Amino acid sequence: MYQGGRGGPQVHGTFDADEDEALGKVYNSRVIKRLPKYLGPVKLWVALGAGGMMVRTLAALALPYLVGIATDKFIQAGNLSGLNIIAVAFVGVGLLVWAGQYLETLFLSYAGQAILYRMRTEMFAHLQRLSLSFFDRSKVGKLMSRVQNDVQQVQELLTSDVLNAVTSVLTLIGIAGVMIVMDVRLALLTLTVVPVLGVVIVIWQKYARRAFIRVRRAIAMVNAQLQEGISGIRVTQSLSREEINLRQFDGINEIHQKANINAAKLQSLMMPLVEILTGVAYSLVIVFGGYQVLAGEMGPGVLIAFLLYIQRFFNPVLELTMLYTELQRAMASGSRIFELLDIEPEIKDSPQAIEMPLVKGELKLQQVSFSYQSGVEILHDIDLAIRAGETVAIVGRTGAGKSSLVNIITRFYEVDKGAVIIDGYNVRSVTQQSLRRQIGIVLQDPFLFSGSIADNIRYGHIDATYQELIEAAQIAGAHDFITHLDHGYDTLVGERGSNLSAGQRQFICLARAILANPPILILDEATSNIDTNAERLMQKSLHSLIKGRTCIIIAHRLSTITNADRIIVLEKGKIVESGSHQELLDKQGLYYHMCEAISTFTKNNMFNL
Amino acid sequence: MKILFRLMVFTGKYWVLLLLAFVCLLITTASGLAIPWILGEAIDTVASQGERSFLIWAVVVVFSATTLRGISAYGYSYLSVVVSQKTCYDIRNKLYEHLQRLSFAFHDQAQTGQLMSRATTDVEAIRMFVGRGLLGLIQMFILFIGISYILVSINWQLALLTLAFLPFVGWRAISNSRHIRPMWLKIQQLMAALGTTLEENLTGVRVVKAFSHQAEETQKFSADTTLLYNEHIRVARQMALNVPLMVFLISIPTALILWYGGQQVIAGTLTIGNLTQFILYLGMMAMPVRRLGFMTNLLSRTISAGQRIFEILNTRPMIQEKIDAIEAGILKGQINFEDVSFSYNLTTPALKNISFSVKPGELVALVGNSGSGKSTIAHLIPRFYDVKSGRITIDGIDIRDMTIASLRSNVITAQQDVFLFSATIRDNIAYGATSASKEQIIEVAKAAYLHDFIQSLPDGYNTWVGERGITLSGGEKQRLAIARTLLVNPSILILDDSTSSVDAETEYLIRRALDKLIKGRTTFIITHRLPIIKNADLILMLKEGQIIERGKHDDLLAKNGLYQQIYNSQLSVTIVSGETQEEE
Ligand SMILES: Nc1ncnc2c1ncn2[C@@H]1O[C@H](COP(=O)(O)OP(=O)(O)OP(=O)(O)O)[C@@H](O)[C@H]1O
Ligand SMILES: Nc1ncnc2c1ncn2[C@@H]1O[C@H](COP(=O)(O)OP(=O)(O)OP(=O)(O)O)[C@@H](O)[C@H]1O
Ligand SMILES: [Mg+2]
Repeated sequence: MYQGGRGGPQVHGTFDADEDEALGKVYNSRVIKRLPKYLGPVKLWVALGAGGMMVRTLAALALPYLVGIATDKFIQAGNLSGLNIIAVAFVGVGLLVWAGQYLETLFLSYAGQAILYRMRTEMFAHLQRLSLSFFDRSKVGKLMSRVQNDVQQVQELLTSDVLNAVTSVLTLIGIAGVMIVMDVRLALLTLTVVPVLGVVIVIWQKYARRAFIRVRRAIAMVNAQLQEGISGIRVTQSLSREEINLRQFDGINEIHQKANINAAKLQSLMMPLVEILTGVAYSLVIVFGGYQVLAGEMGPGVLIAFLLYIQRFFNPVLELTMLYTELQRAMASGSRIFELLDIEPEIKDSPQAIEMPLVKGELKLQQVSFSYQSGVEILHDIDLAIRAGETVAIVGRTGAGKSSLVNIITRFYEVDKGAVIIDGYNVRSVTQQSLRRQIGIVLQDPFLFSGSIADNIRYGHIDATYQELIEAAQIAGAHDFITHLDHGYDTLVGERGSNLSAGQRQFICLARAILANPPILILDEATSNIDTNAERLMQKSLHSLIKGRTCIIIAHRLSTITNADRIIVLEKGKIVESGSHQELLDKQGLYYHMCEAISTFTKNNMFNL
Repeated sequence: MKILFRLMVFTGKYWVLLLLAFVCLLITTASGLAIPWILGEAIDTVASQGERSFLIWAVVVVFSATTLRGISAYGYSYLSVVVSQKTCYDIRNKLYEHLQRLSFAFHDQAQTGQLMSRATTDVEAIRMFVGRGLLGLIQMFILFIGISYILVSINWQLALLTLAFLPFVGWRAISNSRHIRPMWLKIQQLMAALGTTLEENLTGVRVVKAFSHQAEETQKFSADTTLLYNEHIRVARQMALNVPLMVFLISIPTALILWYGGQQVIAGTLTIGNLTQFILYLGMMAMPVRRLGFMTNLLSRTISAGQRIFEILNTRPMIQEKIDAIEAGILKGQINFEDVSFSYNLTTPALKNISFSVKPGELVALVGNSGSGKSTIAHLIPRFYDVKSGRITIDGIDIRDMTIASLRSNVITAQQDVFLFSATIRDNIAYGATSASKEQIIEVAKAAYLHDFIQSLPDGYNTWVGERGITLSGGEKQRLAIARTLLVNPSILILDDSTSSVDAETEYLIRRALDKLIKGRTTFIITHRLPIIKNADLILMLKEGQIIERGKHDDLLAKNGLYQQIYNSQLSVTIVSGETQEEE
């Protein structure tokens, strides 16, 4: 049966094995309870598919029976017309199998794909809602495998595994039933192999389960190693660590190979077992059935039918043992998915949240304290008021908490204490979307999406005209270099903008924020990799733009910010100084020291001038 | 075919195991063939009131045949996994090794997700083929011949009637898989696209949130998912039309055997046992015939997977070591650029006719506006890219004449984009010198002014750094990168804008510590803060890939050029604030 992707392309268990979660329980009520929601919308398809499956199974069961009847009732008796009827009936049953399987394949795939679609988009949308603190803790690879692989596992559970298990059980019961109807004694005799099989499988499962868990873990390790090996390649080559990495990878690769071979040892064990039991069953039927036929108590047709049924008996058994593992995997996947879906965004729009109207840009921080992890407070009791239209620079030693301050203004993280207020609105009382529309931000890490430069700049304002796009690039100072590129604005940038220089990436990020045209502009070391000349030019063109806008600039190069209306000095999460450049110099405090550091380089004491 | 052949070279190493597996497979097939035959004979015996003793004999044969079949099937299944796993182990290692060796130019173009899928999905396809396809195809062939021979020898008319159907079924299976293959390929591409969308969304989550792009991103993702859904539905329709049809087509010969064979039994030209044999053999044959489609699919998937893998393995690293390359040993660090030109792509040059020379132990500063080629120079010295014309020599030796390893152990760069591994701080610092002692690690951390910060963390040096160093501030990441570079103790050190996110004071302290550490080493510093490189032995001012000014600080200041202009502008602001704005 077609199972929507099995055997087709699949991303292989990236980071799949969460330590002990590689295989779950066969029945996990927490997972099961959630599933009806996904089955609901497709229940008609599932019903049709399941109906088809039943028809196919039952019809397939009837075929050996027909052979038995044909032999005993018609061939032995020389009844030609009866034989004709049976042949026609046989074809008829074949047609039933066809129809059943058609329904099964089509509708179960429909249902499966619909479920996949729904789960994937639901997970993606959920991920969009989660807060940054969640992403600080998570690995991208792991999240990806939730959306790609785990979802597929659960879909298979719903649309094939469960039904397959049902069919297999049904087939087994059906075969046993028909056998019993045909000849009770012989049937019971043949079926004595079943308990033996059952016991062996239960023991086998215990070992197999462990082996499979090891395989899943090994796959996850290989993937993780590959991922970092590839994305960190530049560091690896520049520090000449290829050999060590290779040895490490080889080690993991070998663990992977051993785990797989070990699992194969166990898995292959089922074959001789099933074969031998089949042999036993055949032997029983031949000896006892044969004696009965010889004694005239039974027709040879029954014997033939029994042999045919035995031929079909063990496939479902094998299938069931495989399914057992599948079910466990699916349950583990399911619990990972729902675990993710159950994570409440730490930052949520409150139910009464209102749309923030376009603000003037007055910003207040009242007694704000903040920490990423409880216990390690990063910002302490910050009080800050920024007038609408004011340009404020934030300076301070590295790690002082400047970026963190920005993170709470944009409500990327929630404050522990105090309030962030924009134009009188507490940022917690408005929707996040309307809040962030007011704020254009250039982050410290200039991230670009793969795509054209134009697409990247437009990211902040999708339906900007080409003219607006160019204007923004001109203000940012990016226009010149972009037009010098081979394809201008249509130049494709690689992953994270790999084919641009660091400064060029920053220019584009600037243009992106400018095009978004927000009342509040935040530049977090937006020009750290840009030369002072270009920066100066940019600031000039920005100057006209930011007139009337609130602007927060974080910079280490103090020359960048001397024109700011106000400079705020942050030290160890506290505001220690505040004032204009000149005022702060006069104060001879921390800011003065920082400037002095520069002049120490120049070996002239500029302040004596 | 050539690709299959090349893949088989990997498997060829394990030919003994493969041969053993094949022997097992032959035994499996042969004993499998014996079973229906003996069952049929048993039926005849009972139907014609023959000897009871024959039944005992039949049971012995059946039981030994199934046992033999079971054991040899175990051997085959186990051995084929061993061979396929070992093959893939080799391929994966080879791929990883090659990816590690491929130069920056390759990785500039490549997408991580794409490379990953080759080392996972594609290798997996090859494993399937080696494990099941390779011998499976041969087995199918043997089985087919064997069964045909037996059937013909029992009753050739009936055999013809039966076998006539199979080519047709086989043909349907193959043509169906041909039909579906392009759809699978499409699905594979769509999956890759979906993966890329997802990955970029997750890595760029800060940008997505900053611009409130969640709705658009979700829309984009669900557009990708919709495409995937549609393609899957197309495959489902095709499968629904074909798979059941094939099952039905196989049931027709059985009906024919029953009908025509039954007539012959009645006419006395065929025994019931023979009839049973026919039905049982047909049952045995049905599976391989149906799997013909799967096999052809597997074969073409393997070929395309092989293609994609060899695409990587065939890419020669742009940077090639000469056969007679010399071990450079410990270099003194006298560097010459002789008329060096370079371009990333073939069209726009990134460096034009660069010439300069540096004495051992000198401090060189590279300055210039964005995109002027500073990082490019930094990339050329450790030979991450090869020059297009001209040459670079260290201690008088062309760097292309040295082994890459010996060159790079002398030249270390702290790159502009800091990449940290998800590991502890200690492991990250020791990345390039795994055998470094704790004291050494602390020493370089102190030099990078990172030690105090690390000490302030609850877990100290064992603090886990999130993916790409997400939980560190910009300056902390940069200082970690400096520390890890210093630990290697190279004779030539390149700091590519390594303190851009560090405040001036800390930078000053780092510089002071560095001055001690880098004494005697040739050092390149790329920066936009001119004051800090005032005492450099050589300052190179770049513009559009050319050196426009060069010399010492005082010479350059005297020149009234760009350097002087920028320098003064940076200085002036430290003296008098706001006024500069008005002046301009
Ligand atoms: N996501 C995070 N999770 C945990 N800790 C963090 C996180 N981001 C930053 N920190 C820690 O918080 C402190 C302040 O970081 P922040 O990024 O605000 O510094 P900064 O002033 O912007 O420094 P820099 O100038 O180096 O960028 C640092 O010690 C840093 O290690
Ligand atoms: N991997 C690459 N592929 C293609 N072009 C590149 C690549 N890296 C840089 N470039 C281009 O080469 C030119 C020089 O870039 P380079 O990185 O050397 O600049 P830079 O002087 O270091 O600038 P910045 O100060 O911004 O870091 C730029 O125009 C850039 O777009
Ligand atoms: Mg650069």
